[in-house]
Amino acid sequence: MSDFIYSWVGIAIAVVTLVSILACAWFLRVNTTRRLPVGAQPGTTGHLWDGDLAEWNNPLPRWWMFLFYITIVFGLLYLALYPGLAVYGGALGWSSSGQHASESRRWDSRYAAMFDVYLKQDLAVVARDPAAREMGQRLFVTYCAQCHGSDAGGSRGFPNLRDGDWIWGGEPAQVLESIASGRQAMMPPQSEAIGPGNVRAVANHVRALSGLPHDAALAARGREPFEQVCVACHGMDARGNPALGAPNLTDKVWLYGASEESIVETITRGRNGVMPAQAEFLGAGKVHVLAAYVWGLSRDGRQ
Amino acid sequence: MQAATGSPEETYNYRVVRQFAIMTVVWGVVGMLVGVIIAAQLAWPELLPSVPWLSYGRLRPLHTNAVIFAFGGCALFACSYYVVQRTCHARLLSDGLAAFTFWGWQAVIVLAAITLPLGMTQGKEYAELEWPIDLLIAVVWVSYAVVFFGTIMKRRIPHIYVANWFFGAFILTVAILHIVNSAFSPASFTKSYSAYAGVQDAMIQWWYGHNAVGFFLTAGFLGMMYYFIPKQAGRPVYSYRLSVVHFWALIFTYMWAGPHHLHYTALPDWAQSLGMVFSLILLAPSWGGMINGIMTLSGAWHKLRSDPILKFLVTSLSFYGMSTFEGPMMSIKTVNALSHYTDWTIGHVHSGALGWVGMITIGCMYYLIPRLFGRTEMHSVRAITLHFWVATIGIVLYITAMWIAGVMQGLMWRAVNADGTLTYTFVESVKASWPYYVVRLAGGVLYLGGMLVMCWNVWKTVAGSRPVDAAIPAPAMAHA
Repeated sequence: MSDFIYSWVGIAIAVVTLVSILACAWFLRVNTTRRLPVGAQPGTTGHLWDGDLAEWNNPLPRWWMFLFYITIVFGLLYLALYPGLAVYGGALGWSSSGQHASESRRWDSRYAAMFDVYLKQDLAVVARDPAAREMGQRLFVTYCAQCHGSDAGGSRGFPNLRDGDWIWGGEPAQVLESIASGRQAMMPPQSEAIGPGNVRAVANHVRALSGLPHDAALAARGREPFEQVCVACHGMDARGNPALGAPNLTDKVWLYGASEESIVETITRGRNGVMPAQAEFLGAGKVHVLAAYVWGLSRDGRQ
Repeated sequence: MQAATGSPEETYNYRVVRQFAIMTVVWGVVGMLVGVIIAAQLAWPELLPSVPWLSYGRLRPLHTNAVIFAFGGCALFACSYYVVQRTCHARLLSDGLAAFTFWGWQAVIVLAAITLPLGMTQGKEYAELEWPIDLLIAVVWVSYAVVFFGTIMKRRIPHIYVANWFFGAFILTVAILHIVNSAFSPASFTKSYSAYAGVQDAMIQWWYGHNAVGFFLTAGFLGMMYYFIPKQAGRPVYSYRLSVVHFWALIFTYMWAGPHHLHYTALPDWAQSLGMVFSLILLAPSWGGMINGIMTLSGAWHKLRSDPILKFLVTSLSFYGMSTFEGPMMSIKTVNALSHYTDWTIGHVHSGALGWVGMITIGCMYYLIPRLFGRTEMHSVRAITLHFWVATIGIVLYITAMWIAGVMQGLMWRAVNADGTLTYTFVESVKASWPYYVVRLAGGVLYLGGMLVMCWNVWKTVAGSRPVDAAIPAPAMAHA
């Protein structure tokens, strides 16, 4: 055990614990007196307070003493079997991490095959399997709904997964990769690069790209800095680059909002969207079923 | 009640007792009203305007602080000051210091009511108040200890009455708990950080938290029980020996039980098991108090039929027995795996808080308040009976709703489908809990309603009465 800087602390705790429990039993023992004969009056201790406050000299109730002794014996047995004495791990060798590991193994052995069976199938095939889709939906509402919503409709900063628009690519293999390994989006703050005076102009240019109402003069002024800086990731045609997770700026989908204020904020401060990796946590089988479900959602959306 | 004879030194200091007793009722209404508001927020989250200082997260600590430290705290001050004087046949050590504890404690409460909604918090449950208030609490508490133990020292009766053991243990331990757990490093006048980090911080916090229950809400109130039940029943305490054994066993084993709040966390396994073992051993010492209180009524059971104050006192012991059985059971890891993080815990706490702490306090106040104002009983005894039934129904609604909701949540969270995936999402368990949140609110409204009846009754009792300070019996009488 490495819970202590000095090993004697653990030993001291174990000794104090045992002495304490035994002291409870000893204390109970020395205070045990004869039972009163049936019908006898206990008499008082003879002390008197505040005019009429007195105490009977009744012995400890037997059933209560037995209850006390039983809990003491239980406590000692428990400490013999389970870790509780700081330096002694218990006869059963139980630990909470061991319990977690064995339960995980048991559940995995019971359920993993039900997911792993789909690993042999192509994602597009799994996506059409009704049983797999149900399992995928259950996984989704447990693990994905917190950010993407229980209807997968997303919210600000968390992509809508039904609209067929994919920041990191919508091919089955790309969706699988997004879930398994996670994604780390990185839009750097750009006001220095494009010049602080140009931020609003570039924002208007970006709104113009997707046909949103904009200030034409500002938008025209924003074209040049856009083409010098932003195209590196978003492309000359501003249609984005799935390999970098750079969104298409010409469509109607806006992860952080389409208002001029929001775009100004994106340019000034940058954005750092994070999708955590699930492969290690969920295992390959569940990720496969989940990817098929998510990919299938967007196909439903397009139909 | 004897007529005052001779010089004013020969009366008890009832002034500070009166002040604390009245504020017990006032803060009870305030704290329970905030409780009703947050219960309503849980059923209707957008009930109040969406401003930060009315949000649930800020009102909840206001509720817990108000009911524990304002309502419960004032009751403990009032009763301990009354009991220690009357069982020592001595006036409080210092009237000035006693007055300071009253005004200091009220200042703490008012500061809490201002700072908590503003979001100033140390983030430690039941110890949220920021460091300047913590320092004030420490000063008031040490003064309280000086007054209490000083009065014990000047007692004119050789033996120290059992109620005073419990009050003494409560005062001493709360001082240690408060000072250790509140150790901080200030960042500004309104912000500080705990002196502990990580799992050590969690362990210190729940050592504090559990013993706040054990000493503030149990030992102190057992002190009240040991005076007011024998007095109201007119019978001697059932067993002196039982009070000795359960007192020492209770204060000794409570100290170890804190880790059961941290089952299946980063706390080392051995510390968790140790907390569980001592929580189970705590069952018998806890029940010792219940037995001693209830058995004190032997030969006087008939009084329960007609005396609503005794109804309050004895029912409070029944709830005490229930929650001190439930607590050890919930500390068992297997049970805790189901109950932890559910509303079962809320039900458990409130069977202790509304049933035990609330009812014994209310009973004691109904005994105390008329005597402090020169009357033999409250303005309306029927109103006490009404209060009793309204409060009892309120508690039953509250705790059964939370038991059902809690067990349901625990079962929903662990339910799995045939493929091992979770059957329910979290939000489905929230949705399923909604009806029980409404029932809980109804229970809380009833309990608050009872307190309003009490307010009216206290007002009618006090208005037009003259404050009375009872005379201290002459030393010769003391040994009668």
